[in-house]
Amino acid sequence: MDTKRLIIVAVGGQGNLLASSVLGEAALVAGVPVRMSEIHGMAQRGGVVESAIVFGEAKSTIIADGEADVLLGFEPSETLRALNKCHAGTVVITNTAPLPPFTVAIGKGVYPDLDQLQDLIQSKTERLIALDAVALAKEAGNVLAVNMVLLGSLIQIGILPFSADDVKTAMQNKTKKAFLASNLKAFDLGYQAAAG
Amino acid sequence: MHKLLKQDIGEKMMLLGNEAIARGAIEAGLAFAATYPGTPSSELSLNLFQISQESDLYFEYSTNEKVALEVAAAAANSGVRSMAIMKHVGVNVAADALMTLAYVGVTGGMVVLSADDPFMFSSQNEQDNRYYAKLSGLPMMEPSSVEEAKEMVAKAFEVSEALNEPVILRTTTRINHSTAPVTLGEIKPRVTQGIFEKDPFSKVTVPAVSRNLHVKLLENIDKAKALAEKSEYNFIEGTGSGGIICNGVSYNYVADAVKDLNAAKNIKILRIGFSYPLPEQMIKNFLKDCDQVLIVEEGEPYMEEAVKAFAQEAGLMLPINGKKKDLFSRLYEYNPGIVRQNIATYFGIDSTPAAIPDMSDVPDVPMRPPNLCAGCSHRATFYAVKKAAEGLDTIYPTDIGCYTLGFLPPLSMADFLICMGSSVGTSCGFSKVNTNKVVSFIGDSTFFHSGIPGLVNAVFNNHNFTLVILDNGTTAMTGHQPHPGVNMDDFNLKDYKQVSIEKLVRAIGVEHVTLVKPYKVKKSIQAIKEALEYQGVSVIISEEMCTLYAKGLKRLKQRPFYISDKCTNHRECVNELACPAFFIEGTKVNIDADQCVGCAICAQICPENAILPVKAKA
Ligand code: SF4
Repeated sequence: MDTKRLIIVAVGGQGNLLASSVLGEAALVAGVPVRMSEIHGMAQRGGVVESAIVFGEAKSTIIADGEADVLLGFEPSETLRALNKCHAGTVVITNTAPLPPFTVAIGKGVYPDLDQLQDLIQSKTERLIALDAVALAKEAGNVLAVNMVLLGSLIQIGILPFSADDVKTAMQNKTKKAFLASNLKAFDLGYQAAAG
Repeated sequence: MHKLLKQDIGEKMMLLGNEAIARGAIEAGLAFAATYPGTPSSELSLNLFQISQESDLYFEYSTNEKVALEVAAAAANSGVRSMAIMKHVGVNVAADALMTLAYVGVTGGMVVLSADDPFMFSSQNEQDNRYYAKLSGLPMMEPSSVEEAKEMVAKAFEVSEALNEPVILRTTTRINHSTAPVTLGEIKPRVTQGIFEKDPFSKVTVPAVSRNLHVKLLENIDKAKALAEKSEYNFIEGTGSGGIICNGVSYNYVADAVKDLNAAKNIKILRIGFSYPLPEQMIKNFLKDCDQVLIVEEGEPYMEEAVKAFAQEAGLMLPINGKKKDLFSRLYEYNPGIVRQNIATYFGIDSTPAAIPDMSDVPDVPMRPPNLCAGCSHRATFYAVKKAAEGLDTIYPTDIGCYTLGFLPPLSMADFLICMGSSVGTSCGFSKVNTNKVVSFIGDSTFFHSGIPGLVNAVFNNHNFTLVILDNGTTAMTGHQPHPGVNMDDFNLKDYKQVSIEKLVRAIGVEHVTLVKPYKVKKSIQAIKEALEYQGVSVIISEEMCTLYAKGLKRLKQRPFYISDKCTNHRECVNELACPAFFIEGTKVNIDADQCVGCAICAQICPENAILPVKAKA
């Protein structure tokens, strides 16, 4: 099996650690070798949280610059910041709902223009899928399900070596029962959004 | 039941490296563990803490790493399998105990876990703790993967019991914080009670005894070397006249690179997992079979120096390289790309480096540094101290915890930091040689860890500064572990006592002690002003529970505020407090009601009284 390398970037509190844990579990369910690594020391203090997930026969748990096959961004400016992880063949999926960092509020930086941001990513990679995951999560009835929306889009593009059903099984093992229905709905909405 | 106590032998589970190590320890019959929390080791301790609540495992959060090591060493000297867990810099704190424990040894297995942090994801330095093995003479093992980390714990206990001395298990962040499938093994029964056999002539380290013990330690190093020569953790892969010697996570990058470069027939890999003492003969034999050798190790040239010395002894002239300009760096962590490119260059293999997109037309993305939480009591305290000290020329030594984040603008309340507890000790020195008013900050947990001796020193030597103890009732930074000042009823745990910081400070002899509630801004500023005017050592204890912790305990009555039309947009609130609940919409300041916890600091400082509770609005 080909090795597939996925980078997830998010802002602390956006639920990306749960997303990667669902993906890890899905790989385990599907019998796909998987290793991942996360830097989550200051996740709860609003910093950037990055996960690297490597599927297939590889020993490394991290991904060098320019070597991600898929970049999944939970926040548009963070997706842009992580563009150095991509190469010309990378597929990028990004949430378009911005969470401006605090530095913008105190005048230490300008938040990038969202249209320009998408054009830039599009021009430097294979494909960009941009969706308002917050709106879709709300539609699913759970504003915190942004992570599940994005997982749906990620699975739709078909690059990872397992199915939507594997992920749904993993969601049952890994997410809270009370949120399962809305999480599954969010997943489906994200899946459909990526299908265009 | 705790997931790490599952008996399903052979089942595969996705485990974080720290969970895998905890499971490995449980499988090995670990009965006793002590720690001071520190990233990247914290989840390991957390899991053992949880397990101890539903089993006969003894676990404690000790006041600092030295105490933790001593506590565990005593258990191990009574025949009980024990573990002391700490981050790399924690070993510095424990080093005094470790060096001589190496002389005395243990009677039950003991593993000292050192979690190193290359790149300093959450540390003040990236020291390479492999040198502690060399310095102490204690055996050291280093896993390359999560799965191996689990297996290695059991092996480390065996080696420890074979040699009657502690074994250092050294991990790096990318082991502790990686996740991979791990196969569960059998859980050995725990032996929780021991017998201490008196033997003062080998356990009381007066000079005459230690002279003999040092002889024994050197003999032990030879025995350990024999074990390293045969260890399954030192192995050779592949064939060819090119050689790579590597350890830890570097091995993963090397193995992937050799595969990607199709070089398994030309390059063989010697992976070192039992890394002190190094398997000298094995390495010499490996060198004899190679034309050139590359050493791939993050951090210092620990193996490289030894391997070069072995080559000299064996009369071998082959090129051996590792840390070198245009090759590997001593800085930060490696990654698969760096390692692949360096292997290709060194062995003359064609390889095109990954094509990173041209970022020249990408606008600067605004930085997103971590920030104190919305409503964090530290922000309130910093603000009050800053106001109270207005007009004074100050120096602000700080310490290690969430409050270190106060160094960022606009708070900018940190001038000096070297290690846990340094706020107090350095205040003594700063105040002696500078005319500035010295005001230092230390958290409650850090104060217990290593602030107390500095404060005793300050009182005795009659120094002149103000120490602010930020008492938020937990060890917040590393994930809300308890410390001696915590009321353990919060955890529903009995059999603990609580140490009062105030009584302790008064007992030390500090004559000016002030308690403030930082959410009361005016009162706090006034009280702090008085403390700052005091000549001598004054202590301010700023008491307010960590917001995130209070949320976790469901003690937070979240009563958000909003910004009313009275706002004239001079933005004192945003610019002075930098609370992440603020955001700018158009040109107007707003408060995110989901984030706002209702600490009301901003409401108290707004000159227009424009910030009001949401409730009142409705
Ligand atoms: S975790 Fe607690 S102490 Fe740390 S920044 Fe958040 S509120 Fe402050």
